[in-house]
Amino acid sequence: MNSLSLELAHALPEAILALGAVVLLLIGAFRGRDDDGPMTELAVVVLGAALVAVVLGGHRPAGVVFDDAFIDDSFGDFMKGLSLTGSIVVLLMSGGFLRQSGVDKFEFPILVVLATLGMLMLISANGLIALYLGLELMSLSLYVVAAISRDDARASEAGLKYFVLGALSSGMLLYGASLLYGFAGSVSFAGIAAAIGGHPNMGVIFGLVFLFAGLAFKMSVVPFHMWTPDVYEGAPTPVTAFFASAPKMAAVAVSTRVIMTAFPGAVSEWQQVIVFMALASMALGSFAAINQSNIKRLMAYSSIGHMGFALVGLAAGTEAGVKGVAVYMAIYLVMTLGAFAAILSMRVNGKAVEKINDLAGLARTNPAMGFFFAMLMFSLAGVPPLAGFFAKFYVFMAAVDAKLYWLAVIGILTSAVAAFYYLRIVKVMYFDEPAPAFDRPSVTQRVVLAVSSLAMLLFWIYPAPLVDAAAAAAHSLF
Amino acid sequence: MVIGLEHYLIVAAMLFTLGVAGIILNRKNVIVILMSVELILLSVNLNLVAFSAQLHDLTGQIFALFILTVAAAEAAIGLAILVTYFRNRGTIAVEDINMMKG
Repeated sequence: MNSLSLELAHALPEAILALGAVVLLLIGAFRGRDDDGPMTELAVVVLGAALVAVVLGGHRPAGVVFDDAFIDDSFGDFMKGLSLTGSIVVLLMSGGFLRQSGVDKFEFPILVVLATLGMLMLISANGLIALYLGLELMSLSLYVVAAISRDDARASEAGLKYFVLGALSSGMLLYGASLLYGFAGSVSFAGIAAAIGGHPNMGVIFGLVFLFAGLAFKMSVVPFHMWTPDVYEGAPTPVTAFFASAPKMAAVAVSTRVIMTAFPGAVSEWQQVIVFMALASMALGSFAAINQSNIKRLMAYSSIGHMGFALVGLAAGTEAGVKGVAVYMAIYLVMTLGAFAAILSMRVNGKAVEKINDLAGLARTNPAMGFFFAMLMFSLAGVPPLAGFFAKFYVFMAAVDAKLYWLAVIGILTSAVAAFYYLRIVKVMYFDEPAPAFDRPSVTQRVVLAVSSLAMLLFWIYPAPLVDAAAAAAHSLF
Repeated sequence: MVIGLEHYLIVAAMLFTLGVAGIILNRKNVIVILMSVELILLSVNLNLVAFSAQLHDLTGQIFALFILTVAAAEAAIGLAILVTYFRNRGTIAVEDINMMKG
């Protein structure tokens, strides 16, 4: 049994977020006004403090605290850093947009902080109870965030759809968790792994499949993706940017941790499930996006496809595979935030537009924005030498090393199909007759777009820091 | 007849199936979907308590208590979203939730 101070030291980022959210809520309640005011900035300070705590705590040896419910290791630190970065950047980009759309409620940044707290707990979960509580804290906040634009019929429809399907998926996850508890006799991942010991019985396999169904919903991979396009389209754009970035990091992180620490003795069972999900997501993400005219809906299918590519690395089940997943998620995060910075800037005479045709001729009306957005599209398509290519390279190499040749081949073919719709956007921006020019984007949107685009463009010069950090993160799971 | 673990598991599996079927087949009213969600969560609780008694291990019952608490919060949020939806559209029929294709 550890002392309480030691246990809290391992959970310092979570403690900062929990206390910060409570304080923010009190400030919001006592201000007595509905508008955002300084709340977004304060929330960014809280999230930034948690990020500093994660980074400074990175040198600590790994620790399992709170009766085996919570693990603090470098894999967790890496993914927590990504989640917090996603939340901070989304909050910085969203303030102006929400104010112009008339939905700058002070609850929004608080809900983002609470959702991020749920993500951090999810990433550090070391048992089924902690996993469930982290997942629900994240999901309940996300349901509300999806419907935050209360007077917009499409946003409340998006929130309702997300809630119903999310409740169904957490029900499935719980049913799987209850079967795992019953047939393995433990809720901690290590205990489950010890009970399976290489020969999973039928109850454990059922539990595993139900558990993955719930996790697949949060990652938005086929066949649990149906909510993604509708919610991405209906929710306000900053919310969509949030959904596409931070929660995905947490969902992929917890799936990786569950597979690697709880089911090393059931490789052939989970590998079939993950390979199927990866194949189906890559195929759907590539083909279904071709006909889209709404850029947010297109980004939804794009994110489904990218989750499929990340799962290719997970399907390999090796340390190289997990390293590939970590690199992929980091690069996906930067590309997504950059792309959404551009989408948030799509505003004509103060009114937000979201059709792909509204981007027409952007290279002439705003050459810098057109160039940066085009670079991000090339990176999302995986064109070398941009970072998106290296992300795919690592996961496909891991799949080849694990002798999943046909999975890698189909992945490369579908990424070629996906390149079609990314390049179509570039073609629209560079060769079509100009549409009305966009308003001048806010400073943060311009900075995020330029920084992420340049990071993707110049990643090949100095990839070592990210790749080394991902390798250390992957190593801590084995 | 002795009522053993398998009987509890079968009842829980039936409740779970009913809940999932209620969500997927229901075309009338969103409130029914919320009730189906509760049914799913309660079937899980039944499973956990039965396993807990079988294994002589309290963890399952603690898990069940957590689920009860979270289910209450989930129902509150679900109803809140449903109220905003009703104010915007004036209906909560499932077949009317179709502004976006998909």
